[in-house]
Amino acid sequence: MKIVVCVKHVAVLGDEIRFTTDERDVDEDYYDRTLNEWDACAAEEALRIRERLGGEGEVLVVTVGGPSADVALQRCLAMGADRAVRISFDQTVHDPIAIGHALSEAIVPEQPDLVLVGVQSSDSVQGSTGTALAQFLDLPRVAVVKKVEYDHATRRATCHRELEGGLVDVVEVDTPAVLAIQTGINEPRYPTFRAIKDAERKEISLVSAAGGAVSGYHVRRMFVPPKPEGAEMLDGGPADVARRIAEIVKERLA
Amino acid sequence: MNGTLVVAEHLRGELRDVTFELVAAAAEIGGPVSVAVIARDPSLFTDALSVEGVDEIVTVQAEAEEFENDVYQQVIEALIEDRGPGFVLLGFTVNGMGYGPAVAAKLGLGFASDVFRLSREEDGLLARRAFYGAKVHAEVDFPGKERVLLMLRPGAWAPAEGRGDPTITDLSVQVTAPRARHLKLVDPPAGDVDITAADFLLSIGRGIGTREEIPRFEALAGKMGATLSVSRPLVDAGWMTNARQVGQSGKTVRPKVYLALGISGAVQHLAGIKGDGTIIAVNTDPEAAIFGVARYGAVVDLFEVAEALAELFA
Ligand SMILES: Cc1cc2nc3c(=O)[nH]c(=O)nc-3n(C[C@H](O)[C@H](O)[C@H](O)COP(=O)(O)OP(=O)(O)OC[C@H]3O[C@@H](n4cnc5c(N)ncnc54)[C@H](O)[C@@H]3O)c2cc1C
Ligand SMILES: Nc1ncnc2c1ncn2[C@@H]1O[C@H](COP(=O)(O)O)[C@@H](O)[C@H]1O
Repeated sequence: MKIVVCVKHVAVLGDEIRFTTDERDVDEDYYDRTLNEWDACAAEEALRIRERLGGEGEVLVVTVGGPSADVALQRCLAMGADRAVRISFDQTVHDPIAIGHALSEAIVPEQPDLVLVGVQSSDSVQGSTGTALAQFLDLPRVAVVKKVEYDHATRRATCHRELEGGLVDVVEVDTPAVLAIQTGINEPRYPTFRAIKDAERKEISLVSAAGGAVSGYHVRRMFVPPKPEGAEMLDGGPADVARRIAEIVKERLA
Repeated sequence: MNGTLVVAEHLRGELRDVTFELVAAAAEIGGPVSVAVIARDPSLFTDALSVEGVDEIVTVQAEAEEFENDVYQQVIEALIEDRGPGFVLLGFTVNGMGYGPAVAAKLGLGFASDVFRLSREEDGLLARRAFYGAKVHAEVDFPGKERVLLMLRPGAWAPAEGRGDPTITDLSVQVTAPRARHLKLVDPPAGDVDITAADFLLSIGRGIGTREEIPRFEALAGKMGATLSVSRPLVDAGWMTNARQVGQSGKTVRPKVYLALGISGAVQHLAGIKGDGTIIAVNTDPEAAIFGVARYGAVVDLFEVAEALAELFA
């Protein structure tokens, strides 16, 4: 049993935003990074699927990113993943088609039984990389999965796909397949301090992919959207704000 | 380039609202506009789809009653081959996510998802989407692409209405056996509260930090005469039931006042707030996306405001 999990080291902006000189992205110095919330759930689910199968097999985590993305991989290694691969890219891209293609090149030789991704990356919100990846791998896929029952004997998985309004579509999928994992499916484990230290010593293999050959879109410019007209910021301390809120509530409910 | 192809979305025999929003966007890009409807009995949908802006309805018969991503992918690929549209529009929905990016990847199309605005420039189409927790917007284009597939944000276009008189074409597409098969639909459990009926919602998000804080907001909601609602992370964590969740995968609400404490304003959360009620947002991050939709905003600690409110409504 081999499960590949694709994880992204996502950017988290603070309250000061600066752009690169070409204005096509945010300046890296103005954000922090963390393991994408959805991908932590995907990694946890991979570990649980393996545990349910008696612990046999391998969980491999893969990311596309620069050296700083090793932190996200280490986090997954500390959670219990066995091996990590970082695909270095010659440009920073958000493009799900380009990322999906780069991921597929590293995943094809692994011949996994399952590939798990997150529903979306919190910094790009595209909900697309997994489905693009599935196409490049020529695999079936299920998007927005809140429950997985994997049957290794029949090589099928029954998935609960969460639709709008919380309606569930129960789907049976042939595997290998790409499953995009939704939050709430599990609560990702916190690695122990010891596991974190041990993970720092695990090796991360590095492969490189040429960016740009396959793409979906090109960013022309990024900017901070203007606040809508008519919006009003309430000044003062908490007591002043509370008083204004009370007034507004009274007025609107009258 | 030859017109725009819109893919209709339906569930349990009903067309979903996003379909008519896609038609409106297609009309904006420029016609002719074809709408594809894939169903066991597509004729059930042709009357409802005959709205202004639709030039042609293409009906494609499929075996399964509900959506299957392999079927949609193969039919749309066949339609692209047959019609050669310049633009293909799908909803940025759970169904769309299952096949849109695969069609684009396979055919080498220009592609972007969660697009909420379009404009036509001399050198092609410009699409607007958000990045970085919706704090930043981007204009993206598709240089060198003959065809572009876009997944549009539900609710971003006013739905097309008014009667139209489209031609109806039947297309038969041979599809291979789906690898992911629809088995059944299961409704979410009925809740103990109905937040959709409330005039005043006090809505709390991940900013409250821990489960132990919830009782104080329940008490505050009681004092203020509000109904308590939440963002998704509180439901994911098991602190609250899905019945109280506002958003795309929760409930759609139309309150007169929506007081949001510690909610960042993710697109899927905002998707659940409709109507012309007053949104008041309290968040310590001045760049939080919720301030982009709020009528009133305050950059202060939510606990301090909650305490002051509790005193006022004692
Ligand atoms: C397919 C899909 C469907 C989804 N459906 C839904 C849905 O139905 N509903 C939903 O809500 N989400 C939904 N989501 C999740 C959504 O993308 C966001 O992850 C979620 O809405 C974030 O919730 P939040 O704003 O509470 O948390 P966060 O984004 O973590 O925001 C917390 C906010 O609290 C602020 N804060 C922290 N401390 C304080 C303080 N002391 N005082 C004031 N402010 C503070 C922070 O500045 C931050 O802005 C869905 C996602 C997907 C992919
Ligand atoms: N740079 C990346 N490296 C590895 N996986 C990624 C990367 N970007 C996106 N993904 C995967 O694709 C999912 C969806 O991302 P997106 O399509 O950007 O919303 C994420 O949850 C990850 O599992």
